Amino acid sequence: MYTRQMIRTLFVLTPLAFVAAGCGGGEQSGDEAGLSGMVAIDGSSTVFPISEAMAEEFQIANPGVRVTVGISGTGGGFKKFCAGETDISDASRSIKPTEIDLCAENGIEAIEIPVAWDGLTVVRNPSNDWATCMTVDELARLWQPGSTIQRWNQIRPDWPDEEIVLYGPDTDSGTFDYFTDAIVGEEDASRDDYTASADDNVLVVGVEGDEGSIGYFGFAYYEESSDRLGAVAVDNGNGCVAPSRETIENGTYAPLSRPMFIYVKPDALAKPQVRAFVDFYLNNATLLVPEVGYVPLATEKYEELLGGLPAGM
Amino acid sequence: MSFDLGHRASRRWGERLIALLLFGCGLISVLTTIGIVVVLVTESAGFFREVPIAEFLTGTRWSPMYSEQHFGILPLLNGTLLIAAGSMLIALPVGLTSAIYLSEYSSPRVRGVIKPVLEVLAGIPTVVYGYFALTFVTPFIRTVFPGTGIFNAASGAIVVGIMIIPMVASLSEDALNAVPLSLREAAYGLGATKFEVSTRVVVPSALSGIVASFILAISRAIGETMAVTLAAGATPKMTLNFLESIQTMTAYIVQVSLGETPHGTLEYRTIFAVGLVLFLITLAMNLLSQRITRRFREVYE
Amino acid sequence: MSGERFRPAQARRRRAGRIFQVACLASIGFSIAVLAILLVDVARDGLRWVSWDFLTRFPSRIPERAGIKSAVLGSLWMMVLTAGISFPLGVGAAIYLEEYSPRNWVTRLLQTNIANLAGVPSIVYGILGLAIFVRFFGFGRSVLAGAATLALLILPVVIIAAQEALKAVPNSLREASYGVGATKWQTIRHQVLPVALPGILTGMILSLSRAIGETAPLIMIGALTFIAFSPTSPMDPFTVLPIQIFNWTAKPQAEFHELAAGAIVVLLFVLLVMNAGAIILRNKFQKRF
Repeated sequence: MYTRQMIRTLFVLTPLAFVAAGCGGGEQSGDEAGLSGMVAIDGSSTVFPISEAMAEEFQIANPGVRVTVGISGTGGGFKKFCAGETDISDASRSIKPTEIDLCAENGIEAIEIPVAWDGLTVVRNPSNDWATCMTVDELARLWQPGSTIQRWNQIRPDWPDEEIVLYGPDTDSGTFDYFTDAIVGEEDASRDDYTASADDNVLVVGVEGDEGSIGYFGFAYYEESSDRLGAVAVDNGNGCVAPSRETIENGTYAPLSRPMFIYVKPDALAKPQVRAFVDFYLNNATLLVPEVGYVPLATEKYEELLGGLPAGM
Repeated sequence: MSFDLGHRASRRWGERLIALLLFGCGLISVLTTIGIVVVLVTESAGFFREVPIAEFLTGTRWSPMYSEQHFGILPLLNGTLLIAAGSMLIALPVGLTSAIYLSEYSSPRVRGVIKPVLEVLAGIPTVVYGYFALTFVTPFIRTVFPGTGIFNAASGAIVVGIMIIPMVASLSEDALNAVPLSLREAAYGLGATKFEVSTRVVVPSALSGIVASFILAISRAIGETMAVTLAAGATPKMTLNFLESIQTMTAYIVQVSLGETPHGTLEYRTIFAVGLVLFLITLAMNLLSQRITRRFREVYE
Repeated sequence: MSGERFRPAQARRRRAGRIFQVACLASIGFSIAVLAILLVDVARDGLRWVSWDFLTRFPSRIPERAGIKSAVLGSLWMMVLTAGISFPLGVGAAIYLEEYSPRNWVTRLLQTNIANLAGVPSIVYGILGLAIFVRFFGFGRSVLAGAATLALLILPVVIIAAQEALKAVPNSLREASYGVGATKWQTIRHQVLPVALPGILTGMILSLSRAIGETAPLIMIGALTFIAFSPTSPMDPFTVLPIQIFNWTAKPQAEFHELAAGAIVVLLFVLLVMNAGAIILRNKFQKRF
C-alpha cells in the first residue's frame, strides 16, 4: 500500500541523512598529526578577531580539533574561565585581583600572555569634520557619569549645534573598563545614556550610519572599516596623536594604547590540543596580528613567552 | 492481523500500557506550560527580591548593564508597543482588505495566485526579514527621511507588519467565509452593492473573528524578535519617534544572552523578569482573542 | 416607480464600491510587490555566492573564503533530532486527545493549553530551553538542548495538525474495525493511523520548515560563537543557518551582507523543497472518502 511504501522510504532516508551528516563531519576523527579534542575560548570582543583568525588557521592545519571562540566580554570570559568552563580567556585588560581570587578559589592559576597592542580608537561619523581631535579632558567630560552634554557645541562653542549620538561597549567589556579608567579616571565610571553593545559590529554600523555619532572600540574594528569611519585624534597634553600602527607601537598614542592578553591555565595546557593551539598562537602572532588590524609585539617577545610556558607534554 | 483470543488478559494490559503512554504524551504539553511558568516565576522571584516591583513596573530608565543600574521596564515596553502599533498600521488594513477581496471579490484564478503569495510571505524566516529591514528598508527610509538613525523603530515596524499580513488575511478570511451565503443573498436582494454587502453586512457579522485575528496579530508582533534585534536598535528609551533607535523586550533578552551574562547574577535574572512580562502579555492577548471568538460568535441559523 | 430619483445616489454608491475594490487590489498588489522586492534583493546579492565551495567551506573572517558548511550540517542535525523528539510525542498526544480522552473539562483544558502554547513567543521557549535543557539537565550548549527546545516549540503545531488528520478519518472505519473485534489500539494502529499518516506527515514537514528558520531560541541556547566545525554528536556545540545569517547580517562590511544573502538563498531553497514536498505528499497520498 502507498502508506507502507512511504513509511519504508522515510525509515530508510532518515538514517541516511544522519550518515550523510556524520560523514560531513567525518574527517574530524583525527589525522596524521593525531590531534583531536576541543579548545574553548571566550572573553573580550576586542581580542576576538585575533583568536578567531588563530582558530580558523589552526583548524585548517589540524582538522581533528574543534575550537570555539565566544564574545562574552572580558569580565564574562574570566567568570567562565575561573569556573573551569573555558580553556583560554581573551582579555583586553589585565585580570583584576578579585578575578584572581575567584580563580584561586577553584584551584585555577591564571597565566597571563600578552599577544598584541591595541590602540583603543575613538571613532566619529565620516561627515563629522570638526571633531578630528579632542583632548582627554573633553572626552572625560563627555563620557563621565551624569554628563549632561547632548550637543557638540557644548564641548566647544565653535562646533556645530548638532546632537551627539553615543555608542560604546557594555559594562562586561574590558574595553569599557580600560576606557573609563584611562579617560574618565575611574574604572566603570561612565554615563549610561548611550547605545551599549557587546558586539562591536553593532557599534561600527551605528557610528557609520548616524551623523553626529561618536563611539569607541578596538583599533582592528576601526581599521577594517576605515574608509567608512573617521578616527578622533587624542590630545594627551602633547598635541593631537591619531591612532596608527606606529603611534601605537611607540606609545605616543596615549593614554589609549594598551596590551591585549590571553590567559591560560596549567590544567588546560596539559591537554595536547590546547598546548598546540597556544604554541600556534604565539608562533603565528607576528603574521596574523597585523592582518587582523592590531600591532604585534616584538618577535623575540613571542619566543620568550613560548619558552616561559609550563613544560610541555 | 491476528486475533489471539486466548490471551485476553495480556492484550488488555498491553492496551492499558499504550493508553498510559499516549496520555503521557498529552501530558508533555501541560508540563511545558508548567515548566515555562515555574522557570519564569522562580527566577523572577530572585530578581524581585532585589528590585522592588514598583520600580520595575513604573521606572522609566532601563540600564542593567551600565554602572548605574536602573530597572524600570517602561522603556522596553515602549519599544515593544511602538513596533506593535507601527506594524498594525500596515498589517491590519492590508490584511483585512486582502481578506475581503479574497472572500468576496476574487475569482478562483486570482485566489490561486494570491494565496500562495501570502503563504510564502508567512513562511519566510524572521531573520530574513531582519536582513531585508537592514539592507533595504532602512536605507529606503533614510532617503525619504534624512536624519533617521541607522537603527530605527520604523524599519522594524514595517517589516514586522509585512510579516503579519498573511496571518491577519488568513484568519479574517476564515471569519468572513463563515458568514453564510444567505445573509449576502438577502442583502443583494435588497439592492445593495457588493461594497455595501461586504462592509455593512459580512464584515459586521464576522467581526468577532476579525477582531480576534487582530488581537492574535498584535500578540505575534509583540513576540517578534529577530527583525527588531537586527534593525530597531539597542537603546531602551521612552519615545514616540519612529525614526529613532529603541529596544524591545525581545531584543533585550537576545542582547543579554549574546553577551552570555553569567548565571545567578542580577543581570542574568533580568532575562526572566522581562520574559515573564512578555509571556503574561501575549498570554492575556491570546486568551482574550479566544474569549472574543467564543463569546461573540454569531449564531446564524 | 421611476428610478430617476435614485440615480445620483446609485452612481455614488457604485463609485464608492469601485474605489474600495481598487483599495483591496492595492493591498494585494502591495503584498505581491513586497515579496518580489524581497526575493529580488536577496537573489541579486546572494546568488553569485552560492556555489559548491560555499556549501562545503566553513565560515571565515575572510569573505571570499567563507562558507556555510557548519551551518548547513548543524541545521540538518537539528532537524533530524527535532523531528525525532517531536514526532512521537506530538502524534502520541494527538492520538490520545482524539481517540482516548473523554470529552470533559480536563480535555478542554488540555486543548486550550495547547492552543495557547502555540501562541507563546519563540524567545520564551528559548528561555525555557536555557533554564531546563542547558542548565538543569546539563546538556550544555549542545545540539540536543537546541533540538529539545525546538521540539517543544513546534509540538503544539504538530499536535493540532495531527489531530486534524485524525479527525478527517471517517468514523465508519473505526466502527467497522471494532465490529470485527479489534481492540482500540489495533484499530488505531492498523486502520486509523495509516489513513491519517499523509496528513500527519504533511503537518510534520510544515512544522519542521518553521523550525529550520527559527533563530531566537537557538541564540539563547547556543549563542554567537565562532564555529568552524560540524557536530559529530548530539552533545557538540553547533550553529545553524539562521544564526549564521544573523551573524553575517550584523557585520558592518557589505561583503558579509552578501554572504548572508547567499545563505538566505540556500535557506529559502530548502524551505521551498520542504513545502513542495509537503504539498506533493498531501495531494498524492490523500485518500478520498
